[in-house]
Amino acid sequence: MTPFAQLLDRLIYTPSRNTKLALIVDYFRHAPDPDRGWALAALTGALSFPGVKAGAIRELAMRRVDPVLFGWSYDYVGDLAETTALIWPERRSNRAWPTLSEVVERLRTTARSDAPDVIEEWLDPLDATGRWALLKLITGGLRVGVSARLAKVALAEYGGVDPTEIEEVWHGLEPPYGELFAWLDRRTPRPDLEDKPVFRPPMLAHPLEDDEVEGLDFSAFLAEWKWDGIRVQIVARGGEKRLYSRTGDDIGAAFPDVLDHVTFEAVLDGELLVVAGGEVRPFNELQQRLNRKTVTGAMLRKYPAFVRLYDILFEGAEDLRDLPLVERRARLEAFHARTAPQRMDLSAIVEFAGRDELEALRAGARDTATEGLMLKRRDAPYVAGRPKGLWYKWKRGPLTVDAVLMYAQRGHGKRSSFYSDYTFGAWREHPETGAPELVPVGKAYFGFTDDELKLLDKWVRDHTVNRFGPVREVTHGLVFEVAFDSIHRSPRHKSGVAMRFPRISRIRWDKPAAEADRLETLEKLIG
Amino acid sequence: MIAPHPETWVEVRPQGLYVVPGGFYVDPLRAVDRAVITHGHSDHARPGHRAVLATAETLAIMDHRIGAQPGQAKQPLAYGEVVRLGEVEVSLHPAGHVLGSAQVLIEYRGSRIVVSGDYKRRADPTCAPFVPVRCDVFVTEATFGLPVFRHPDDRAEIARLLDSVRLFPERCHVVGVYSLGKAQRVIGLLREAGWDRPIYAHGALLPMCALYEAHGVSLGDLRPATAGAKGVPKDEFKGGIVLAPPSAIIDRWARRLPDPVVCMASGWMRVRQRARQGGVELPLVISDHADWDELLQTFDDVGAPEVWITHGREEALMHAANARGYRARALALVGYEDEGGS
Repeated sequence: MTPFAQLLDRLIYTPSRNTKLALIVDYFRHAPDPDRGWALAALTGALSFPGVKAGAIRELAMRRVDPVLFGWSYDYVGDLAETTALIWPERRSNRAWPTLSEVVERLRTTARSDAPDVIEEWLDPLDATGRWALLKLITGGLRVGVSARLAKVALAEYGGVDPTEIEEVWHGLEPPYGELFAWLDRRTPRPDLEDKPVFRPPMLAHPLEDDEVEGLDFSAFLAEWKWDGIRVQIVARGGEKRLYSRTGDDIGAAFPDVLDHVTFEAVLDGELLVVAGGEVRPFNELQQRLNRKTVTGAMLRKYPAFVRLYDILFEGAEDLRDLPLVERRARLEAFHARTAPQRMDLSAIVEFAGRDELEALRAGARDTATEGLMLKRRDAPYVAGRPKGLWYKWKRGPLTVDAVLMYAQRGHGKRSSFYSDYTFGAWREHPETGAPELVPVGKAYFGFTDDELKLLDKWVRDHTVNRFGPVREVTHGLVFEVAFDSIHRSPRHKSGVAMRFPRISRIRWDKPAAEADRLETLEKLIG
Repeated sequence: MIAPHPETWVEVRPQGLYVVPGGFYVDPLRAVDRAVITHGHSDHARPGHRAVLATAETLAIMDHRIGAQPGQAKQPLAYGEVVRLGEVEVSLHPAGHVLGSAQVLIEYRGSRIVVSGDYKRRADPTCAPFVPVRCDVFVTEATFGLPVFRHPDDRAEIARLLDSVRLFPERCHVVGVYSLGKAQRVIGLLREAGWDRPIYAHGALLPMCALYEAHGVSLGDLRPATAGAKGVPKDEFKGGIVLAPPSAIIDRWARRLPDPVVCMASGWMRVRQRARQGGVELPLVISDHADWDELLQTFDDVGAPEVWITHGREEALMHAANARGYRARALALVGYEDEGGS
């Protein structure tokens, strides 16, 4: 447990991504198998001990600690694992610290009723950090600021391979990942996952910048609408089927209405949408179904899911990724015509004669279901990652409003001495008094340069009227031009609206706050 | 004659704890005629009293922090000396908290009360160690009055800082410390651990360090952490240790430092969320207060059947003291701060 506990303890305080990577890589270098595999599983959220519940930890603490004192301590610390780790009365113990593998392997085979005794034996020899790491591991949810993606990038760095190669094999492997480390240590070839329903790293697009439009040979590209849902991959292989998010999370359990109609063997790339009555619904309806482990019948009826297909990566066992796009498209169309799956259709090709026509189409489309256009090279193979020059997303021009800075919050890491997160508001009349008041409409923390950040930080400090911990309330004197992709109704916000991807597009040092936009103006932009 | 119980002659008034037969307050919360001050932290040593009794060190610290107070009568009292004030006898005994910090022993007709102010039990190279004084009532703080607060060995914490300095030689370690006590103690601990390179300090810390040196506490090569030309970070600080008040370590002042590792030396650093919220990258659990076990151990050491609790997390400490057979009472004095304020 020692190296693992130290790793977690350092990660939790480290804001820098590069330092986190260095710490994880260093751990992989020094920790033995299978400890490092279990640690990887813990970091990527692939480890759970359903036999041990938080209640068992509490019960364990009560064996040793006065319940009244435990209650006050828990109120203060606010985290069960940490409270227990800190309050645990240390006793001299002759036992050595358990290894990570010992803990994981023992817990997997321990009956729920025996778990508290087993854990108690481990807690005594450990110090407070060791106890904390052990209890975090057991109760799940490490919350040390490491995403599964970051852990995989560290793994790639450790093995000197591309992260997409890790993604390619990741979903076919199980903790403690002996095969994976054997491959990365160059002891064995890459694991073979031909007949498993694994996630294939997707091909991603670059934004098409304004200054690139002029030089682009549009005739080399196919155009499609960029649908505003979430990118997914349907994988059906060897009799099994999965629905993966863009980052490779298996989200199938929450979308039986899609997976039930997967009766083929293929790997398909598409956009997950809510489609009701033949119409694509706004993104925030889809949002109701995201980040859920299961789904209720009511949700299925109210927000029926649908996949609009973009591409085909495998048909049966045949890997099509090296084919040029036009050939894959033909295969996709033929496949779709033959299998005719319900709750899926093809993303239409947008026909256009030249750049001007396409630009007009892009500008004219204010359908909330699309974010703009996709441009894909006709001759490009399907390349994992974000290759240059092959796929572009050409988002329609953003919406903008002028809003007034209301609150500023300190940033993190390198930005921790700067007030860099801004909450801004629009004007409305007070519902009772009729007096003009600002109501928050969004929050943004990018879109400005480092030099502008310095000026903004100074402005915030010079115009503070109130402090709430890391947040400062400022006088209503600075206007931001805020750009955003779309705006929706949201009962969760006081203003009743929520922006998608808000960012600061310009700082309007010149504009009087009273001339900023009104809430009604924002409401008119709701699609 | 039966000695009168201290609750018959010591009162809690809005101004603070008042010793009736002595006619003085201990650490009063507002200006009074006669005050006995335990130590120089600003929530205990407030301005405006007409007469003050304290150790010479505490009086010097007050002069420095509050400035000259015309017409104020100052009476220095050495540890262990006894002086008569009104009908009581008063003596001061080391509290181990900061330079000059004292517990106040007050004796009236054979009845003894000790007002300990803030105290700690660990060795500290910059001040005299705590001395247990037998009494009938022991008045205690409860800053770390929860069993989650157990301070680790401070030498191990300093070792973690030095390990990190070795691990990141290109970065600068900036350590948040309070200007009275913690700054000098951290410097003292670094010197004990063999760190003989210069230590850089924020300008707000330097006068108090000079005062400590004037009282015989040697701090070694201490230099002001001044910014380079045009506020550019100085290479001199790379691989170095810089001390600054907690408010400066993640604020504009710290931008003069090259890629700083933000450290904080405080007993609160024991709780991870608290350290993270403060933007701290390397928390050092170093405190000038007694931890939970030391609070309870101190009750046993002074042998008082009764403890009064002035400030901090008094409900938990009362509960634990009662469970150990002490009569415990919370004084509910409003105005003393936790270490670290919020």
